[in-house]
This record gives sequence, structure tokens and C-alpha cells, in this order.
Amino acid sequence: MRWKKDELKGWGGALSIEADLARPERLSGLADALQEFPCPAIGARRSYGDAPLAARVVDMTRLDRFISFDAEAGLLEAEAGVTITDILNTFAPKGWMPAVMPGTGFVTLGGCIANDVHGKNHHIAGSFGQHVESLVLMAPDGSTHRISLKSKPKLFRATIGGLGQTGIIVSARLHLAKCPAGNMAVQERRMEDLDAFLEAFNTSHADFQVGWLDMTAKDIHLGRGIMEEAHFASGPFEPSKKSRSVPFNLPGFAMSTPIVKAFNWLYYKRISVAGRDRERPLHKFFFPLDNIQHWNRLYGKRGFHQFQCVLPDAEAPATLALMLEAVTASGLASPLSVLKRLGHGRGGMMSFPMEGYTLAVDIVNKPSAKALLARLNELARTAGGRVYLAKDSSLEAGYVPDMYAELDDFREEASKADPKNDFETTLTKRLNIRGQA
Amino acid sequence: MSDIWIILGATSAIARAFARKCAENGAELHLLGRDLPELKRLAADCKLRGAAEATAVAFDARKPEKFEGIIDTVALASGTLNAAVFVGSMPEQAEIDADPSLIDGTIQDSFTGPARFLQLLAPELEKRGSGTIIGVGSVAGDRGRVGNYVYGAAKAGFATYLSGLRNRLTRGGAHVITVKPGFVDTSMTWGIEGMFLVASPEDVANSLMKAVEKKKNVIYTPFFWRYIMLIIRNIPEFIFKKLSI
Ligand SMILES: Cc1cc2nc3c(=O)[nH]c(=O)nc-3n(C[C@H](O)[C@H](O)[C@H](O)COP(=O)(O)OP(=O)(O)OC[C@H]3O[C@@H](n4cnc5c(N)ncnc54)[C@H](O)[C@@H]3O)c2cc1C
Ligand SMILES: NC(=O)c1ccc[n+]([C@@H]2O[C@H](COP(=O)([O-])OP(=O)(O)OC[C@H]3O[C@@H](n4cnc5c(N)ncnc54)[C@H](OP(=O)(O)O)[C@@H]3O)[C@@H](O)[C@H]2O)c1
Repeated sequence: MRWKKDELKGWGGALSIEADLARPERLSGLADALQEFPCPAIGARRSYGDAPLAARVVDMTRLDRFISFDAEAGLLEAEAGVTITDILNTFAPKGWMPAVMPGTGFVTLGGCIANDVHGKNHHIAGSFGQHVESLVLMAPDGSTHRISLKSKPKLFRATIGGLGQTGIIVSARLHLAKCPAGNMAVQERRMEDLDAFLEAFNTSHADFQVGWLDMTAKDIHLGRGIMEEAHFASGPFEPSKKSRSVPFNLPGFAMSTPIVKAFNWLYYKRISVAGRDRERPLHKFFFPLDNIQHWNRLYGKRGFHQFQCVLPDAEAPATLALMLEAVTASGLASPLSVLKRLGHGRGGMMSFPMEGYTLAVDIVNKPSAKALLARLNELARTAGGRVYLAKDSSLEAGYVPDMYAELDDFREEASKADPKNDFETTLTKRLNIRGQA
Repeated sequence: MSDIWIILGATSAIARAFARKCAENGAELHLLGRDLPELKRLAADCKLRGAAEATAVAFDARKPEKFEGIIDTVALASGTLNAAVFVGSMPEQAEIDADPSLIDGTIQDSFTGPARFLQLLAPELEKRGSGTIIGVGSVAGDRGRVGNYVYGAAKAGFATYLSGLRNRLTRGGAHVITVKPGFVDTSMTWGIEGMFLVASPEDVANSLMKAVEKKKNVIYTPFFWRYIMLIIRNIPEFIFKKLSI
């Protein structure tokens, strides 16, 4: 197996590592790589921080075959490197789609399981891992076994959202959901401030919900934005067209305060006071940024961080206001800030979702970002909330046990499956996820 | 009646991308190669992506005595019969320098094996009066370089063979496309230093589909390699022999 030396970065680009990468083109090559050097898997590197970083990794993106599909039950088996877009494009014409889809379709099946991702329908569909019937896990020595919630409840729940620590997910059987139409009926409404936003989420009955926040609006406008609600409309499914690409890193001023402010103002005003109703193709609604490849280069070479937390209902209004104030005052926010309601659905011990509100903010990687991120992490913790490890680059190890209540059980299972800590990543070491030996 | 594609060296990443495109068009696929379990996985994948049929067939370019039997099994169905050759191997030149007997295998994998197979298949295309053969060569065949001249020689021989085969099959209503990829992001190039302008297997597969549609004769892929190779071919030999590009 040839290993390639390369700089490895998360999607935010703020953290990187010089790594040796193997990229097997076929299943047999995966065991070969592990038998040479046991190491963690990475997917499409769409996690923002250091979750997909390690000094040695196996890149799973070429293990992307569909294995079988039961068209009666909607049960798909596929290798872990297939992407969500690939599943959607192939099975939507047959009337099926992933039950849960994150905000980009470029992510892999394995990555979606390892972070137990959520979508715009979390309050109804739960998390990604809850739709996994079973999966094949590879141990550090290259041996494989199939596990399910029934056959190995603890190991299975440690694997869903388990950051790859229990083994390499080789393939999985996934329950797809019915795909009733190729278009979504999308309603967009202006939200004047945070209160209006929270109220709208509380009263919405839409199947799919997401809020865009203007993180440059202050004072009485704090928390203003656009609420998007959607349900399936009609029409045939059209696969996405080839996307355009940001060819290189933009200079640093591209995300400076005046530019972001102007962009946000336009983005907000484009929806009239009366709101807007329209139909959008599935991929445009679910993956709004996917038609511009490498959009992360808009942030320039220094990259950016994403902070995402979830806050329990009772604490959310007050804590969100404090968070928005801290971010707007810092001037570090970018146009991409999202507010969403989450339900209680979670598939694993280390899954992110809990009932409440989730806030996601992109923060330009300037020196002052550190203090802001520390403040946001602290606010999330005191509110009894949780920071999303798929996005994290700044949490303190000491916060993790407070935020992830099943950490001890997880550590036990991970140690059993990976006794020599071969699957540790930069993130799990930084946050002492596996616990001191 | 659907297109039939015989894909030689189907475990290659470029072949996989090409096979999937054919599958999406509803073709019947015969996936030939040495790694049968893997070919079966690919066949299942292609069927789920829309292939009318997909079979895995054992094929080793170094075992020409088996070719006739293989052709008998894959050329049964009626329809337009097509073939695409992705077989090739590129041992490091240093390995070959240490063990010159590797030359024979390299030439068999990239040239004589596929050529013998196509030679047996050609009458079947002539009989049907249609079909396309794609032969994947390499820009390395355009000029012998110190870094891989045995591989280059094999690809050059294959390109000349394809040119003649095209000459012949045109008369019988079939067509031959010679493909010269530049660097492609596959296991052949993974981790090798000095790669630049590396194309994805999907991009190459797309250009193959277009070449079939437009009945191209010789394509470089991505297209700009035509111009890079034009320059490289025109460097005077007294200068070229001192270069190590
Ligand atoms: C634009 C954008 C929008 C997003 N929207 C959402 C959203 O709405 N909801 C949400 O939940 N997330 C969202 N995300 C985050 C993203 O869904 C997760 O980070 C996801 O895990 C990325 O998958 P990946 O294939 O890129 O995995 P990577 O980022 O490469 O890896 C993620 C983790 O999974 C592990 N891993 C990967 N493959 C395997 C495997 N085969 N076996 C074992 N472990 C493995 C890695 O070790 C690592 O710990 C978004 C990201 C982007 C860039
Ligand atoms: N990658 C590049 O930059 C590049 C550039 C120019 C041209 N090419 C050409 O593109 C083609 C595909 O290459 P690739 O990059 O995808 O690399 P690859 O994965 O190494 O593909 C080579 C293919 O040839 C098969 N093969 C080798 N010897 C064989 C034999 N004796 N019998 C049967 N099959 C044999 C291999 O099968 P196994 O799986 O059984 O080994 C594999 O399917 C090759 O012809 C290559 O020369 C590649």
C-alpha cells in the first residue's frame, strides 16, 4: 500500500496536520492498509475542525459502491464512502431518499454515521444513525463483523456518533425514506428579531425548518433573519448539475465586516415583508451551498471556525441573546449563521442532538476568534447545552464530561474495540475523549 | 436493444467511473479483470445504478489462451457490441532496471494482451457492422522518457496498434478511439511525487462518453495535454536526451 504525504485540513481550514494517507480503491485494500498501520478513517473532510485529522489516516472516499437495495423495504446497503448526493441522485428517481440529510450532500455515509448528523427535519425524523439497520465494523487488525442495535447494543450505540473510535465503518444498511416529489414547497418569512424567531419555531408545523440569522444586526434587530419552512411539493426529481468552483483562496478582506454587512442586508431584504413562496428542486433546498465547490476558500488562507451548540428550551432564549451579542460585537461573524430547532432523537452515546435550539456560526480565524469561541463554549456549558464535535476546533477537554453524559460508557466500549487507541484523531486527543489510560 | 460494453481492467478507478456512466445509460456490462470478488461488487453497484445487466468475468491479459472462451461468453447477446480497454501496469523504472524480465509483463499488460483480445473481438464487430472500441493509452507513449520508458514503449505500441485497427474497422462500420490521459488521480499515481494537473477519474470518464458520442479518433484528456505533448514531442532530441521530465 502506497501512503501519500499531504497536508490534511478540516472544512474550516483553520487546523491542519501533515499526514500519511492511504486511499484504497477496493475493499480488500482497506484491510491491507490497517494491517500495515492501524489508523482512523476519514470521509469527505466536511467536518470543520480537527475531527477528520490524524497523523495517519485511511481515506474512505473511493470505497463507494452500492451493495444491495431492497425496493420493498427501502433498505439500502452501501460502502461507507458513498456520498449523500450519490444516494439521492440514484434512488430519488426510484422514489427513495436518505431520511436525514445534512446541509451538504458531499458528505460520506461513514461520516454521517460517525457524527450522527441531523437535518432540517430532525424534530420529525431524528438523527441519521437512527435509520441505520446494521453496519460492518473493521477492527484495528483488519477483521470485520456486522453489528446492529439488537446484536450489540452498546457497541452499536458507541459507534453511532462515535467519531470513528470503535472501528472503521466499512459499509452500512440504511433505511431510506419515501421521496414523494422532486420539488419542495418553500416558504420564506422575515423574522424581525430573536423573539419572533423563537416564536416562529415554537408554532411551526412544517416538516422541514431552518433559520438564517443576520449576525451583523445589533440592538433591536438582534437575531433578525429569515425563517424557511418547507414540505414536499410535486414534480419529477432532477439530479444536480455540475457545480462551479472557487478556484483559489480569496484575500482576507473578502470576509471583512463591511462586506459581510452589505451581503447580509441584501440577503435579508430580498425577502419582502409579505414573505415569499416558491418551489425549489430537492438539492437546491437541502444543499444550498453545494453548487459552489470549495466555497470555504472565500475565507482565505487563514480559514474559519464554526461554532455549533444546542441549548435546552428553558435556557435557549437568554443564552442565545448573550451569544448573538458576543458574536455581533466581535465583528467576526460571516454570512453563514443558522438557527434551528432540534427534537430529542439521537442514535448514539456521543450524539449531538438534544431537544432545544441549535445555533451554528462561522467565525473568521483571526487572533480575536479565540476569546470569542471560549466565551461561546462557556455560555453553552453553563446553559446545560452541548457543543457539536463535528464542527469543533476550540472546546476545552474539561467541558466534555458535562456536555456528553454517556462519556464513561462510550470510553469503555471504545477501549474494548480499540485497546491500543489506534483510532484516535487530533480531536479525540485534544479533548481527551478516550479518557486517560 | 441496449448497448453492450465489455470493460477490460474494470477494477481500475477510471474504468469504474466509465462503467457507471454506461450503467446510468442502461447498458449491458461485462466487467473483465483479475479480482473476481471485486468485479462482483462492481457489477452489483452498476446494476443498482441502472445497468440492464452486469457480469463479472475472469480475465488476465497474460493468459491469451483463455481469450476465445471469454469472447464466446460475452459476445452472445445481440445489440451494439463495444469494448473499452483500461488494462495496464506501470512498474517503477528502477524495478525494471534491476530485473529486465519485468519488461515482458509490462508489455503484455499494456499492449500485447489487450491487442490479442481485440484482434479476436474485431471480427464480431465487423459482423455486426457497428460498435466502438476504446483503447486507453497514455501521454507516456508519445515520447520515451528516462522515468518510465518501458511503460511508455508499451503504450506507444498499443497506440500504433489502435491506429491500424481503426483503419481496418472503419471499413466494417465500427470505430476505434485512442485515449491518452495525462495524470489521473488513481492508485497508479497516488503518493507518487511530481504529479501536476491531476484529473479525476470522473472527468476522464466524461470525456470518454463525449468521445464515443462524437466518434473522436484520438483524444488527450484533459484536453490541454494535447498541447503539452505537442511541445514535448517537438523538443529537439539533442536537448531532450539531457532532460529528466
Ligand atoms: C456546508 C456544510 C453543512 C453541514 N450541515 C450539517 C447539518 O445540517 N447537520 C449536521 O449534522 N452536520 C452538518 N455538517 C457537518 C457534516 O455533516 C459532518 O461533519 C459529517 O460528519 C461529515 O462527513 P464526512 O464524510 O465529510 O466525514 P469527515 O469529516 O471526513 O469525518 C468525520 C468523522 O467521521 C469519522 N469517519 C469518517 N468516515 C468514517 C468511517 N468510514 N468509519 C469510521 N469513522 C469514519 C472520521 O474519523 C471523523 O471523526 C455540515 C458540513 C458542511 C461543510
Ligand atoms: N493514472 C494515470 O495517471 C494514468 C495516466 C495515463 C494512462 N493511464 C492508464 O489508464 C489505465 C487505467 O489505469 P489506472 O490509473 O486506473 O490504474 P490501475 O488502477 O492500476 O488500473 C490498471 C488496471 O489494469 C489491470 N491489469 C493490470 N495487469 C493486468 C493483467 N495482467 N490482466 C488483467 N488486468 C490487468 C488492473 O487490474 P487489477 O485490479 O487486477 O490489478 C487494473 O484494473 C491504465 O491503462 C493506465 O496505464 C493512467
